[in-house]
Amino acid sequence: MIHSLFLINHTGDIFLEKHWKSVISRSVCDYFFEAKEKAGDPENVPPVLQTPHHYLITIYRGKLFLLSVIQTEVPPLFVIEFLHRVADTFQDYFGECSEGVIKDNVVTVYELLEEMLDNGFPLATESNVLKEMIKPPNILRSVVNTLTGSSNVGDTLPTGQLSNIPWRRAGVKYTNNEAYFDVIEEIDAILDKSGTTVFAEIQGVIEACVRLTGMPDLTLSFMNPRLLDDVSFHPCVRFKRWEAERVLSFIPPDGNFTLMTYHVSSQNLVAIPVYVKQSISFFESGSCGRLDITLGPKQTMGKMVEGLTVTIHMPKTVLSANLTATQGNYTYDLATKVLVWDIGKLNPQKLPNLKGSLSVQAGAPKPEENPSLNIGLKIQQLAISGLKVSRLDMYGEKYKPFKGVKYVTKAGKFQVRT
Amino acid sequence: MSTGALYNDQGGAETAVEAGTESAPTSSSTGAAFGLFSADFKKNEDLKEMLESNKESHKLEAMKRVVGLIAKGKNASELFPAVVKNVASKNIELKKLVYVYLVRYAEEQQDLALLSISTFQRALKDPNQFIRASALRVLSSIRVPIIVPIMMLAIKEAAADLSPYVRKTSAHAIQKLYSLDADQKEQLIEVIEKLLKDKSTLVAGSVVMAFEEVCPDRIDLIHKNYRKLCNLLVDVEEWGQVVIISMLTRYARTQFTSPWKEDAVFDENNEKAFYDSDSEEKKGQTESKPYIMDPDHRLLLRNTKPLLQSRNTAVVMSVAQLYWHLAPKHEVSIVTKSLVRLLRSHREVQYIVLQNIATMSIQRKGMFEPFMKSFYVRSTDATHIKTLKLEILTNLANEANISTILREFQTYVKSQDKAFAAATIQAIGRCATNISEVTDTCLNGLVLLLSNRDETVVAESVVVIKKLLQTQPTQHSEIIKHMAKLFDNITVPMARASILWLMGEYCERVPKIAPDVLRKMAKTFTTEEDIVKLQTVNLAAKLYLTNSKQTKLLTQYILNLGKYDQNYDIRDRTRFIRQLIVPNEKSGALNKYARRILLAPKPAPVLESAFKDRDRFQLGTLSHSLNIKATGYQELSDWPAVAPDQSVRNVEVIEPVKEWAPLVGKAKQPKSDDKFYSDEEEEKDEEESESSGSDDSSSSSSSSSSSSSEGLFYDFMLPCELHDTDSTSLLSLYLFINLLLCLSAQSQVTTPSFSPVKTYELLHHMSGKGLAAKYHFPRQPCLYQPNMVAVQVILTNCSDHSLEEIHIGDRSPASLNIHCFNTIERLEPEASVTVSMGIDFSDSTQAANFQLCTKTDQFSVSIQPAVGELLMPSSMTEEEFCKDQGKLLGMNETSATITMATANTSSLAINKQLLSVANVGVVSSSQNNIHRFAGRTVSSGALVLVSLELRESSTALLTINTEKSIMASMLLRDLKQALAMA
Repeated sequence: MIHSLFLINHTGDIFLEKHWKSVISRSVCDYFFEAKEKAGDPENVPPVLQTPHHYLITIYRGKLFLLSVIQTEVPPLFVIEFLHRVADTFQDYFGECSEGVIKDNVVTVYELLEEMLDNGFPLATESNVLKEMIKPPNILRSVVNTLTGSSNVGDTLPTGQLSNIPWRRAGVKYTNNEAYFDVIEEIDAILDKSGTTVFAEIQGVIEACVRLTGMPDLTLSFMNPRLLDDVSFHPCVRFKRWEAERVLSFIPPDGNFTLMTYHVSSQNLVAIPVYVKQSISFFESGSCGRLDITLGPKQTMGKMVEGLTVTIHMPKTVLSANLTATQGNYTYDLATKVLVWDIGKLNPQKLPNLKGSLSVQAGAPKPEENPSLNIGLKIQQLAISGLKVSRLDMYGEKYKPFKGVKYVTKAGKFQVRT
Repeated sequence: MSTGALYNDQGGAETAVEAGTESAPTSSSTGAAFGLFSADFKKNEDLKEMLESNKESHKLEAMKRVVGLIAKGKNASELFPAVVKNVASKNIELKKLVYVYLVRYAEEQQDLALLSISTFQRALKDPNQFIRASALRVLSSIRVPIIVPIMMLAIKEAAADLSPYVRKTSAHAIQKLYSLDADQKEQLIEVIEKLLKDKSTLVAGSVVMAFEEVCPDRIDLIHKNYRKLCNLLVDVEEWGQVVIISMLTRYARTQFTSPWKEDAVFDENNEKAFYDSDSEEKKGQTESKPYIMDPDHRLLLRNTKPLLQSRNTAVVMSVAQLYWHLAPKHEVSIVTKSLVRLLRSHREVQYIVLQNIATMSIQRKGMFEPFMKSFYVRSTDATHIKTLKLEILTNLANEANISTILREFQTYVKSQDKAFAAATIQAIGRCATNISEVTDTCLNGLVLLLSNRDETVVAESVVVIKKLLQTQPTQHSEIIKHMAKLFDNITVPMARASILWLMGEYCERVPKIAPDVLRKMAKTFTTEEDIVKLQTVNLAAKLYLTNSKQTKLLTQYILNLGKYDQNYDIRDRTRFIRQLIVPNEKSGALNKYARRILLAPKPAPVLESAFKDRDRFQLGTLSHSLNIKATGYQELSDWPAVAPDQSVRNVEVIEPVKEWAPLVGKAKQPKSDDKFYSDEEEEKDEEESESSGSDDSSSSSSSSSSSSSEGLFYDFMLPCELHDTDSTSLLSLYLFINLLLCLSAQSQVTTPSFSPVKTYELLHHMSGKGLAAKYHFPRQPCLYQPNMVAVQVILTNCSDHSLEEIHIGDRSPASLNIHCFNTIERLEPEASVTVSMGIDFSDSTQAANFQLCTKTDQFSVSIQPAVGELLMPSSMTEEEFCKDQGKLLGMNETSATITMATANTSSLAINKQLLSVANVGVVSSSQNNIHRFAGRTVSSGALVLVSLELRESSTALLTINTEKSIMASMLLRDLKQALAMA
């Protein structure tokens, strides 16, 4: 399936290569560079490319390209999903997935890649299993290793590999048993010029952090599971229980994992927490423009809106911005033409406002379309859909765990057209 | 003093190394002129020294650097001899890095690579399954043709390994061997056939992958395993699921009849039923006709449906394509939501999913129409995502939603991304041709765009308007006039050409303007692009035919210019046109038809989706994504008109898994209790006869001698490897010995040492309406799956009527893995029957709840295993016991001092009591006062070691070592109780 993998940084240097079958010359990447050149923006490079003898499937993450070489028919999503899993694993191991850390940990990276694929077919991709085989690097361990000569590589088969619950390692022990669940909801919305909602929906995800001894069997139930329209689960969740009783029953992996993602049924009207009053105009002559943006609370359910940001991708002809903000700071990146206004908390008494002029390249025609505003925000202690966890029960173990649920609402792809 | 000496020693070694590294630069200073090369050379030189040093840490450090070189794509092949020596290292990390190196360079250095092979062969016999598996992995990854026979043997052997993990590895190795030597196909198919029968979820995905790679056309191998694969599917790891689903899609298309005719047939039937409802006979006839889905077909659809909720996007996509290609039309739409959900995922995932939705939405608008808004474009989307979303929105457009879509398109037209704006204009054009109600609206909108400031937008509008006007040319002379006015300002060649074509085509509608445009063109002809020139010639010709009075001279001028043009196409066209329109003596009959040729009414172009013909490819494939048949693409066959024989999928009886685990199979054979004790001897005999039967040349005695000679040989090889590597006779001898070694198998016997008689009540006949059930644990390895605990259930009918269809119904927790007994069709009064089932308790004492059903009733029952029943005995020597115990100290040790009943102090009594509680094996002990027992947990195979140390006055220290600490404490409690009782 996957023949080779090349890691390429955004300037186009191949800094790591790994072959699972016979070696393929790195010149195969030239076809990719050609496409990259043509696309301009790295995000616009087509993920699937064809070359005379191979097929290239690429993902772009964190300023890195992960390019895999394929020789025969394979579902492209299979490869894409796997490459993202590789990137996730790096993130999990080293805290980030960037050229620097990969170069620093090249041996661990190689060991990981060796375990993750055999002959191009995924072998072990569960983080719990991998961590049993190859320990993540940390300073203490590397000191111990140099002193005692022990290694980062385990010599036994991870128990997870064999059992029918491969996501959990055996023999987990904690002195403090705790299980935390974060219900994170994101509002995806498009608002038009007048502020009416063109499209809005809520996507949710439950991130869990479970540190429990032994083999706990958890059951999580909701007050209002009917809200959930479409769901996808971590493999640990018993789907039949969900179908029958609408509860999440599972033996959790150890540590952090995504328990489920869901989509809130579209019948429900989506509450939009903020409104935006904006006017952006460019003058036909005089090579300048005017910008005036005010934000205010709309349906916040009585909670504080935090982390408010406005990001605007300005037309290429806008040279600089001379603005004043009543609250927060703004930055205008001349290279990328991105204006970011970081507001912070939204004060209903004193609405934040950004106002001023934009200078446009002289002689350039007036931009056709006004740039749209991307809103970022965060509301603590609130799931905007109204979803509530009712209880968490544990079976199979005797101790009493500490349990916690946290709700957060964020703006997802929240766009205001102007 | 000794520490001092040691310290000195170390210091010495270090200085030596330092000297080594320091000496390198001085030696290379002479060759400084070589620049880069010398630097590389120098580096490798010190690596070689480090690899050959005695210190493990130096070797490891060196290997890490070597792997760094490989990762960067630098050549490190000259270190091969130094590296390969470390292949047998005890340090597991070092060994793994050497493996990485070997796999990378073995192909280039075949002779040297052979030196490492005996190490792997020895590792193939290691008791640790992890080591066996990784040895096979590396052995099969070394692409050296000469070892093909060794690989073949290793694969065959590993395919029969007790560990499913090793079997999985062997399935991977099959593909590797096949790509190395395709001649082995027949033998490999045999192995695949064997492995396909495997019931482990771990193996299923890998073996199907091997099947797809080696013999995708051998559909016949699947028949017998089809139902098993369907049933296992949910529990297979996610990557395996994708492979199995796509294989089953192909399989189903060859084995079942099409479910798509259903509606038609159904309607027809209805009609008939309506007319003939009174005639019973005829009704019977028609009833036999409607499509009935094969239950196996339904099984596949039902079992894949839950996977739509998978977190793995590839799995969701593969289920979606399965439904698209296999499900009845009205069921396909259940995949919609899941596909739309994937649009939240990474950009690359979106790209593939949108491509597939685009293909689907052409045929089935209804599926995605409710989710139309999910395809609205955001300004931050990547260009290829935007284009695909636009494509889908256009496909979804119908009379009802067109106004919404057009409003949305208006926003897109203004986008800063001009390529996207142009694509939107084309999309508007498509909507306008497809939905006649909005054609005028669209046309007006497009005309407005003609005054847009951006050239690409205007050009695209012109091209699209041209196409639209062709569909209804009668009423639009105004627009043509407007375009003529714009002509001077438009510079994009395609747009200019389009306007010229329009002028010519409809010149009779704009009789005044057209000649003027031609006049302008005559002026600028020489500076125009080729495409514009061609259209100018066309325009001239058409005008000459309709309005020769005004344009005769202009036409001749243009034709003259064209005659001497640099482009031969234009010269060619000019010559042709001249002959066609200007009458002279040479031009023949064609001249008369010039008008009919040039001014024939032309059919309007059909604006189609670019994804229209993509459905020739299976959805979700690489070929579909590229719209090109990729290498290795397997065509999806059409439904057969008549279904092939269905009975081929029937599986007769549950075959004992003899081939897989011969020892497990044998342990199970003797059913009666008295045979258990004589088992071991019997087995030995059998084993001996088997090994001599399978290969005459290697009796068990010769294998033992060869294993010792192998060690010698290995030692002998290593020193000589650097001097003499290509002596072929030596090699062949070496390979021969290796082959011999492969044939000698090693195994471990585990038989239950005690057969308990404790029987528990499952269902009382009062509450079971006459059905009584009891169960006990036979303490045999479960024959269905190695990680299940075998349970025997005795069903008795205490009522006065016979009970029918006794079977197992729902279970909870739902994921509970039970191997049910076959349905008992009929149980007469007073009769009883013993059935066996397997339950996977996952090493917990949580009760397995399920329903025992008869034809009429359902009874909830539960089996709660005692902790001792979750074990299986493990045989080991006292030494091994102590060694393993040493590894399981600290947190893994549970102990207590217990008081024993006096009757229990004899070793016989202790054994009896202990074995009655726990299914463990007795370890022969050299000390009288210490008794040892060993077992493994059934599910995960974790060691459980019990030792009992007798103290004075009938107390004893009971110690349990296992990583399953909960089990340990429970077992301790049970044992304490049992030993305290007389």
